[in-house]
Amino acid sequence: MQLFLAFAKAKTTTHLMEEHIVIIGNGISGVTTARHIRKLSDKKITIISAETDHFFSRTALMYIYMGHMKYEHTKPYEDYFWKKNRIDLKRAFVQIVDHANKQLQFADGTSMAYDKLVLAVGSKPNKFGWPGQDLKGVQGMYSKQDLDLLEKNAPDNKTCNRAVIVGGGLIGIELAEMLHSRDIPVTFLVRESSFWSGVLPEGESAMLNRHIKNNHIDLRLNTNLKEILSDENGHARAVVIAETGEELPCTVVGLTAGVSPNIDFLKDSGIELGRGIKVNPMLETNIPDIYAIGDCAEQHEGINGRRPIEAVWYTGRMMGETLAQTICGNPLPYNPGHWFNSAKFIDIEYQTYGWVYSKPREGETHFHWKHEDDTKCITINTETATGKFIGINNFGIRMRHEIFDRWLTEERSTDYVMEHLKDANFDPEFYTLFEKDIVAHYNKTYNKDIRVKSKSWARIFSRA
Amino acid sequence: MKAIKYTGLLIFLTGLAIFTASLFLGSFELTQENLDTFTQEKGIESEVLKTKLTERLVGKEYGTSFEMSSGIITALEEANAVHKEKQEWDKVVWEKPHSFSFGIVKKAGKGILKDNPGMMWFLTFGLGILGALLFILPNYVLLGPAGIKNNGIYHQSSTNRGLIAWLVLVYLVSFYLLLYFRADYVVNWTFILDPISRALNGGEASQWFVYGFLYCTIMVTMAVRMYIKYRHNKYQMIRTTSVLFFQIVFAFLIPEIMTSLNMPGYDFKNAFPLDYDFFFEWNLDTLTESGAIGLFILVWGIVLTLIIVPVMVYFFGKRWYCSWVCGCGGLAETLGDPYRQHSNKTMKAWKLERWLIHSVLVFSLVMTLVTLYCYFSGTDAFLGIKSQWIKDTYSFLIGAWFAGVIGTGFYPIFGNRVWCRFGCPLAAYLGLVQRFKSRFRITTNGGQCISCGNCSTYCEQGIDVRAYAQKGENIIRSSCVGCGICSAVCPRGVLKLENGPLDGRINPTDVLLGNDVDLMDYVNNKKSS
Repeated sequence: MQLFLAFAKAKTTTHLMEEHIVIIGNGISGVTTARHIRKLSDKKITIISAETDHFFSRTALMYIYMGHMKYEHTKPYEDYFWKKNRIDLKRAFVQIVDHANKQLQFADGTSMAYDKLVLAVGSKPNKFGWPGQDLKGVQGMYSKQDLDLLEKNAPDNKTCNRAVIVGGGLIGIELAEMLHSRDIPVTFLVRESSFWSGVLPEGESAMLNRHIKNNHIDLRLNTNLKEILSDENGHARAVVIAETGEELPCTVVGLTAGVSPNIDFLKDSGIELGRGIKVNPMLETNIPDIYAIGDCAEQHEGINGRRPIEAVWYTGRMMGETLAQTICGNPLPYNPGHWFNSAKFIDIEYQTYGWVYSKPREGETHFHWKHEDDTKCITINTETATGKFIGINNFGIRMRHEIFDRWLTEERSTDYVMEHLKDANFDPEFYTLFEKDIVAHYNKTYNKDIRVKSKSWARIFSRA
Repeated sequence: MKAIKYTGLLIFLTGLAIFTASLFLGSFELTQENLDTFTQEKGIESEVLKTKLTERLVGKEYGTSFEMSSGIITALEEANAVHKEKQEWDKVVWEKPHSFSFGIVKKAGKGILKDNPGMMWFLTFGLGILGALLFILPNYVLLGPAGIKNNGIYHQSSTNRGLIAWLVLVYLVSFYLLLYFRADYVVNWTFILDPISRALNGGEASQWFVYGFLYCTIMVTMAVRMYIKYRHNKYQMIRTTSVLFFQIVFAFLIPEIMTSLNMPGYDFKNAFPLDYDFFFEWNLDTLTESGAIGLFILVWGIVLTLIIVPVMVYFFGKRWYCSWVCGCGGLAETLGDPYRQHSNKTMKAWKLERWLIHSVLVFSLVMTLVTLYCYFSGTDAFLGIKSQWIKDTYSFLIGAWFAGVIGTGFYPIFGNRVWCRFGCPLAAYLGLVQRFKSRFRITTNGGQCISCGNCSTYCEQGIDVRAYAQKGENIIRSSCVGCGICSAVCPRGVLKLENGPLDGRINPTDVLLGNDVDLMDYVNNKKSS
C-alpha cells in the first residue's frame, strides 16, 4: 500500500511538471490535436466540451436521424480510448478565457489553469435576423443538441406535416434528405437561381436541381424568407416568402444558411477576432500560448487560394496534426496542399480536386460532360493559354485523391489528365466506366485526338 | 404499395404458420411390413429390438411424430440395455436414437401431408415465397431512386434488436435444434418435399434435403431483395448472382444428381476444413469404393484446399470464396443482409475473434490428423486422443452448434457472420493467406474520409473500417470477406476493393493527409527511423 502511494505520488508529480494543454472543443480538430500531442509527448491533456462527453462525427448526425446508425456508431474511438491515452475529458461550458492568469472560467463557477490553450470551438448556424427566427420549431442542424431537437420537433409526419428549409447549401440538402427519409414533406427555399450555384458550375447545379425535385423535395429557387409566423404558443406555424408574400404552413423551419465561428464567448477576451479567431499560419492567435484551429480559426490571408475560414472536416484534422507538431517542439506552419473536398447530394456523390469555380475565371475554360442518365457529370477547369489542368468536379463517379494530387503537383495538362483518366477512376469493381465517353466528348469539343490509356498499376503507385 | 407490402407480410406469416403447424398434422401408424423393410434396410440383427418395436409400435396410431419417437427410443434403449448386459456388442444399435427413429417415423407417416404434398407445398413454401416477394418487390418503388437506402434500420424492431428480432432468433434456433438433434420430430416436412426429392435423386426426402431446399429457396427470395436494394451497384449484383449460382448448382443440384447416378453426392466447392468430414473414414471409404469419380473427388478435394484456395486468395483475396462462392456466406449475404450492422466492432470482440477462429482451425487440423493416422494405422487413437471421440466432439460443438445453431440462429441479434468471423476454420486459413500474401486490399482514398462510421457500422465482419480510413490507411484484415458494402455505403467515395501489386498494399500511415509537407521525405524518415 505504501509503495503504491509513493508510486501514485511520483506519477502526480511528473504530471504536475508536464505542461498542461487544454483544448476547448472535442470535434475533429481538437481531438486530432490531442491524439497527436499524445503520440509525440507526455504532456497533460484536457479536452473540454459542452456538447457531448465523447468525440463523435458531426458529419454523421444526419444518419442517426435517418436510422442508418445510432449515436454510438458516430464515435470514432471506443470510450476506453481516452483514459488509455491519458486524455482527460471534461464536460463544461467555458465562459471566460482569462489569458493574463492563464485560466478558464466555467459556467458553473469553477475554473481550470492551462499552460497552452487550443481553441477548437467550431461553428454555429447563421441567423440573419429574420422575424420569428427564435420561435419554437425553428432550428439549425449542426450540433448533437440540434439533432435531439429535430427528433423532438419532427419525429414523424404526423407531428410535423411540413418542414421548410431556408438556405441552399450542404447542410440544407442534408436536412432535406433527413426529413424526406421520414416521409415529411419538405419545401426547400434557395436564395440563388440554382442550388449551390455560388460554388458549382451551372451544369452541375442544374443536375442537382433536378435530382432534388426527383426526390419529391419542393425546391423553390430565387426564393427568400421574409418571416416566420407564430401560433398562439410561440411555435412556428408558417413561413412567408419575400418575393410572393405566399404563406407556407409548416411546423418545423430549418435554418441552414451557412455557419460561422462560434466565438461569442471570446468577445472581451482580448483575443483578436474577425469573423473567426484570427491566426497566423502557425495557428497562433495574438495572445501567446493560445492557438485556434478548425472551423473557428480565421487566417489573416487565405493559404493557397483557400478561404481564410475553412469549415471543412479534413482541414480541421490537418490543423490539429500541424498544431500538435508545433506544441511538441517541432514548429510547423499550416500548409494545406491542393484543395479537395467531397459531399453527397441525396444519391449523388461529389468529389473535387483542385479548383473549379462556379464560373471560369479569366483565362480559364470549363469542360463539361454529363451522362444521359442525369446522375453523373464532370467539369474540368483548364488554364486556357497553357492547357494546364486546374481542377475537376466529379459527380456520380469516384476519383482517386492521390492521383489528382500528384497531377496537380506535377502541373499536368488537361490533355494528360484525359489520356490517363482510367488511372484516376475509383468506382467499385465492375462499374461501367465512362472514360471513353468523356474523352470522346473532349476530343469533339476541342477537336483533339486523345486516346485513353488503359489503367496502369505502375503509374498509380509510382511516387514521382 | 404499402398495402401490397403488408398483404405480403400477412401471406408470408400464414405460410410460416402452416409450415410450423404442419409438424402436428397427419398421423403415424407402422405396419409390420414397413417395420420389416426398415430392419432389413438397416441390417438390424437384434431380435430383441425387432420384437420390442413390433410390440410397442405396430398397429398403433400416433397423433404426432414426437409420441411415436418416444416409443421407438424406449424400445431401442431397452433392447440396447439387454444386449449390453449380455455383452453382445454387435447387436447393440450405436446410431443416435433420434436419427434411428427418423427412419421408422418416415415410414409410418400418413395423412394430408403424404397424400397431398403438392397442396401442402403451396400452403407452406408457396405462400412463404409469394408473401415474401410481395413484401420485397414494392421496395423498388418505396425505397425511392436507386442508391443506399438504409433508412429506418435502427428504428425498426426487426433490424434494431427489438422484440421481432428476438422472436426470429428463437424461431431460427429452434429450427436448427430440431434439424440437428431431433430430426424425427420434423419428418412431416420431408413429406412435403418427397415428390421433388424423387424427381431429383430418385429417393425420398431426408431432413437434409428439406434443409437444402429451404436454404436455396430462402437465398433466391432474399437475393431478390438484394437485387432491388443494390441495383445501382454492379459489384453487389454480380456477387449476389454468384453466391446464388454456387448454392443452387454446386451445393444442391449436382450432389442430388450425383446421388441419383449412384455416385457419392459431393459439393465440389465445399473445401476442407469447412468440409470437416472430408477426411473421415466413412467418406474416404465411400470415395475409394466409388471408382474413378471417387478418386477424382478425393484428388479434387485435396487440390482445392492446398492449391486452388490459397492461389485464388493471393490473386483476389478471400472474398472469392467467402462472399462469392461459399454457401454459409451465401446465406449470410442474402438472408443475413438485414442484420449485418449487428456485428460487434469493439477491440474486445476482435481479440475474441482471433483466439476463437484460430483455435477452431487448430481443432479441425488435430481432429483430421488423428482421424487420418487412425485410418491408415488401423488404431483407434493417436497421441492419446480417441478418433471417434474427437470427431463426435467436433461435429457436435463446431459442426452443429457453432456453424448451425449459433451461426445462423443468432443472425438477428449478433449479425450475419458470427460463424464466418468467429468459427469457420476455412475462413481462418484463407484469412492467414489474405493477411500475409495477397494482392487484395481495400484502398482508402487519400484524405477524403469524414469519419462518419457508415463503413464500420455496416461491416458484417465487425472490422472497424473507419479506424483505418480516417488515417488514410488501406484496410488489410484477415477477416475481411470483401462483401463490398463498406465501399457501397461510404458517402464520400473513400473505399475501393481492389487487387493490385503487393508493393504499396500496406501504405504508410501517419502522413499528414493533404497537408503539404514533403510526403516522400516524411515517409522516408519514418522508414529509416
